[in-house]
Amino acid sequence: MKTNGAEDLFQPNLPRRHRIGRWGLILFQISTLVGIVVLTALVLNVLNRTFGYVAMTYQVPPEALSINGIPVERLHPLDLAYLLRQHLPPDLLARLESEGPLEQRDRRELLDLLTTKVMRPKVLETWTLAQSLFCRQAIQTRVARLYPDARLVFRSWLTPEFLTRPQSSRPEFAGVRTAVLGSLWVVAITIAFAFPIGVGTAIYLEEYAKGKDTWVNRIIQTNINNLAGVPSIIYGILGLAIFVRALAPLTSGAIFGLVPEGATANGRTILSAGLTLGLLILPIIIINSQEAIRAVPKSLRLASYALGATQWQTIWHHVLPSAMPGILTGTILAMSRAIGETAPLIVVGASTFITVDPTGPFSKFTTLPIQIYQWTARPQDVFRHLAAAAIIVLLVMLLALNATAIILRNRYAKRRG
Amino acid sequence: MTHPPGSEPIAIEARHLSVYYGDFRAIEDINLPIYRNKVTAIIGPSGCGKSTLLRSFNRMNELMPNVRTEGQVLYHGKNIYDPDVDPVEVRRRIGMVFQKPNPFPKSIYENVAWGLRINGFKGSKADMDAWVEEALRAAALWDEVKDKLHQSGLSLSGGQQQRLCIARAIAVRPEIILMDEPTSALDPIATLRIEDLIRELAEHYTILIVTHNMQQAGRVSDYTAFMLMNERRAGILVEYDETRVIFTNPKDKRTEAYITGRFG
Repeated sequence: MKTNGAEDLFQPNLPRRHRIGRWGLILFQISTLVGIVVLTALVLNVLNRTFGYVAMTYQVPPEALSINGIPVERLHPLDLAYLLRQHLPPDLLARLESEGPLEQRDRRELLDLLTTKVMRPKVLETWTLAQSLFCRQAIQTRVARLYPDARLVFRSWLTPEFLTRPQSSRPEFAGVRTAVLGSLWVVAITIAFAFPIGVGTAIYLEEYAKGKDTWVNRIIQTNINNLAGVPSIIYGILGLAIFVRALAPLTSGAIFGLVPEGATANGRTILSAGLTLGLLILPIIIINSQEAIRAVPKSLRLASYALGATQWQTIWHHVLPSAMPGILTGTILAMSRAIGETAPLIVVGASTFITVDPTGPFSKFTTLPIQIYQWTARPQDVFRHLAAAAIIVLLVMLLALNATAIILRNRYAKRRG
Repeated sequence: MTHPPGSEPIAIEARHLSVYYGDFRAIEDINLPIYRNKVTAIIGPSGCGKSTLLRSFNRMNELMPNVRTEGQVLYHGKNIYDPDVDPVEVRRRIGMVFQKPNPFPKSIYENVAWGLRINGFKGSKADMDAWVEEALRAAALWDEVKDKLHQSGLSLSGGQQQRLCIARAIAVRPEIILMDEPTSALDPIATLRIEDLIRELAEHYTILIVTHNMQQAGRVSDYTAFMLMNERRAGILVEYDETRVIFTNPKDKRTEAYITGRFG
């Protein structure tokens, strides 16, 4: 195949061009593989601690509580109340009765009381999933030698009770309800604060300030771009100074006369945390919204103006709806960031140990990442299993929130077709 | 430069119009009367400022960054660049159709109704339906879309989309329609349909059309303005006359050279 001599010029380097392409491909495959391996390792590490053998003892073993061979979990609530009356010390019984007669409580509550006050399981030693699977023999001999009274159970640390119980200093009874509710409250306030302001700023910068290339606009833009990279702890310190200290009357709810009974939160409330995280994700939302608005075709704007639409009508009816899927994508990213953020919340004053559920923006709070951090910092090994279970809860929550947002976005994008 | 006999009523007129992008003068001292209910074509080589001139007739230029306009555009005896004139009102009365069909990502019905709605149309649903139908009929699109008014405007073919854009423009009842190379993205058959439509629309509207295609200018227009760049790369009006004069007996040598295809 020789026609005009150009082959001599271009043909010889063809194998080299293909070779470079192949090397590139291999490189990209390797990077993908590394990513997958790292992610798998992370998930395995968490799962490793979520399940495993536990050596435990009961003060009153569950078998001792079964009536007529029916195991305690399946007993009638009245039977449970009867058991409580039999086993609880009189003063505790009197206190419980003063809150409400035992017979009127529901089954779950009674079982919970029976577990925490009567059976009182105690964890002596724990093993990871890997140990449980591969060194079963060794674990059994060790338990037989060290804890002759204990029973060895294979359990999951992630249980329904783990989700519904509040924090507790006894690992057997600790749960994440307070932290999950705290996280949801904080994220809700964060988004409610950052979304309208972020989108509003993006609209101003893209639609109104565009074309007026003044130094003020340039400074604003540069600052926003840089703010997205500021370490989160700095935002924590800012939040502490502004929301917790300077605006304490507002963030504690004192201005509205809304301080909950016996609250000691001062400014260290859900509101402060939400606003701080709002500041943190504001630049992310602004930058992403700007990108989305910029991607709206110019022809759409021109078509709108040519019909005699005002700038506001053009933005509201065409630019925003077209940019919305992109804006929501940015908001999802920002929300993921907010829900996993720990450092600024510690500075702002998330309570590390709190057993009451948040009731509103002016409550004290803790969040899941704080809870996880606190558990991993404990010396006892048991708490690390709790932390692992809490990490799974956090990941599932994150996925659920993201999935909701993505479904919303896709429905929105489809409706506009 | 020559002008056609000025006996016809004038719809809109550019006087000593210059448009600058920053320091660059894109068009220079244009004087151009546009006659009522006629089709006027603006032709000329690429980059000579045809579109800039067109956009300055309804102040769409102002949407570009760093644009400055000098001179006047007289519309009903009033300069539309006067500070007390609202560009929004100007654009309602002087509509525009663009090079690439750009229907809104809405239903066919909404594409036409939206312009009415944002201009504060006060009428019943039946009134609105009537206005929409009228606009779609005027744009020769009604028969093709009457059974699928609530499908997306983007589902139409390119030529239909462009007629939808024309329907959208005439729905708000403008007096003048500016068309910026309205057929350059269309196939020859769709182009012919649009050209027929332009002739029909001229009964009720004043139409100003920029085109790259000289045959098109010859087919659709009553008057033709020929533009060129001068030595400073600014667009100037070389010759303006009835189309048949421009195409058969141009007075300017440059026009003749362009028409006969010797450059451009």
